[in-house]
Amino acid sequence: MTKNAIIGLLMILSFTKFTYAQEDLISLLGEEERTDYTIATFKANRVINLQSVENTAGGVLDVKINHRFGFINTGIDEFFGLDQAQVRIGADYGITDQLMVGLGRSSFQKVVDGFLKYKLLRQSTGSKEMPVTLALLGTTALQTGEYPNQEIDYEFKHRLFYTAQLIVGRKFSESLSLQLSPTYVHRNLVRTNEESNGIVACGFAGRMKLTKRTSLNAEYIYVLPDQIDEQQFNNSFSIGFDIETGGHVFQLHFTNSTSMIEKGFIGETRGDFFEGDIHFGFNISRVFTLKR
Amino acid sequence: MKYYWVFLLLMTSGQLSAQKYFTRSGDISFFSQTPMENIEAHNYKATCVIDTETSRIQWAVLIKAFQFEKALMQEHFNENYMESSKYPKSTFEGALPGLSDLDLSKDGDHNLMAKGDLTIHGVTRTIETPVMLTVKGGALSGSTNFEVAVADYNIEVPSVVRENIAKVVQVTVSADFDELK
Repeated sequence: MTKNAIIGLLMILSFTKFTYAQEDLISLLGEEERTDYTIATFKANRVINLQSVENTAGGVLDVKINHRFGFINTGIDEFFGLDQAQVRIGADYGITDQLMVGLGRSSFQKVVDGFLKYKLLRQSTGSKEMPVTLALLGTTALQTGEYPNQEIDYEFKHRLFYTAQLIVGRKFSESLSLQLSPTYVHRNLVRTNEESNGIVACGFAGRMKLTKRTSLNAEYIYVLPDQIDEQQFNNSFSIGFDIETGGHVFQLHFTNSTSMIEKGFIGETRGDFFEGDIHFGFNISRVFTLKR
Repeated sequence: MKYYWVFLLLMTSGQLSAQKYFTRSGDISFFSQTPMENIEAHNYKATCVIDTETSRIQWAVLIKAFQFEKALMQEHFNENYMESSKYPKSTFEGALPGLSDLDLSKDGDHNLMAKGDLTIHGVTRTIETPVMLTVKGGALSGSTNFEVAVADYNIEVPSVVRENIAKVVQVTVSADFDELK
């Protein structure tokens, strides 16, 4: 019996030695525990008007020039809107990879706006699984133009608007990313008694990659009923392309919103997309790495 | 006395499996030089196993672990050039002929030629590169550098950045190895 056992042991040993010579050497180290974070859910930190789940990386300055021409249906007299233009000049800066700030000035309604965006969760696979990326956005807008009615004693607070937004996004595949943006906008001053100071809305946005460096983006913001004057205002709808060339991202799009900040495109979109009240517009982003 | 054989075999096989060296913190960097700009990235988490008995060597490198100075470059490297979600790893599988004849118990420098299959971006090509192995105070370390032509591995460079990215990238590898027990 012992002899058989020894022979068996010998066979096992020689077999082990044989497999060693053939084996995958790297597999000897075993699988390492690691978390694989999803990158580039969107190409830019804006989908079109809406903020995307992306942040400007820590130490990076992102200069943004956003431009909207007039309505296309103004016809040949206005050269299909190209005679008019609204612009927002702004800059975003990444304080850390999770926290970014932004400042901007819009020609439309002469508004200065600032925001903070914090990335709370990052989509990941591996040892730490997270199905979505989650970001929080807070914005303030200051309307600097003349007050609408000179006979009323306004206070400074009447110029202010606030937005709080939760951004939940997921990259479903290399080409498809979707996000949901439940939003609350507060206006300290509204035009009429019928309009509410607070607006609850939800943004829906997505992007589909067409090639490695271009994508098709679309967004729609649904404003819950009985909050804005629905005779005058519509929900915002935009569709466009992202084109990436090294340090620049060009976003070309069609939108019915004139304003490029939350309180404007969510609560004050006058254009009716399907009547041809469409702005052609673009966002240009250029990044500068300030801190390495 | 019959057991003597078993002991002998156990001991030798134990010794054989100890003749492997590994690292989990190999430093692999690449450098792209053009008149427009220089691009450099480091990966300090490359893994390698060397079998001194069979002279075989194997590397595995996680593409996402390459670190760039500019965050956007790192994103483009993964998204547009290396497609790291599709091809998460680069590997080298080959041999260091003559390694099994070396006496690694003594201090000294050894020049060898590594030859094998380098896989980047899903494309496998055979390469050959001189390797310097150093034994000092019982510790083994090694280094090499070689060139990689970007086009050889089906990595597309669009015309707008063609002036910014070198056609041939310099790759430098260095690692300190531990005995694999």
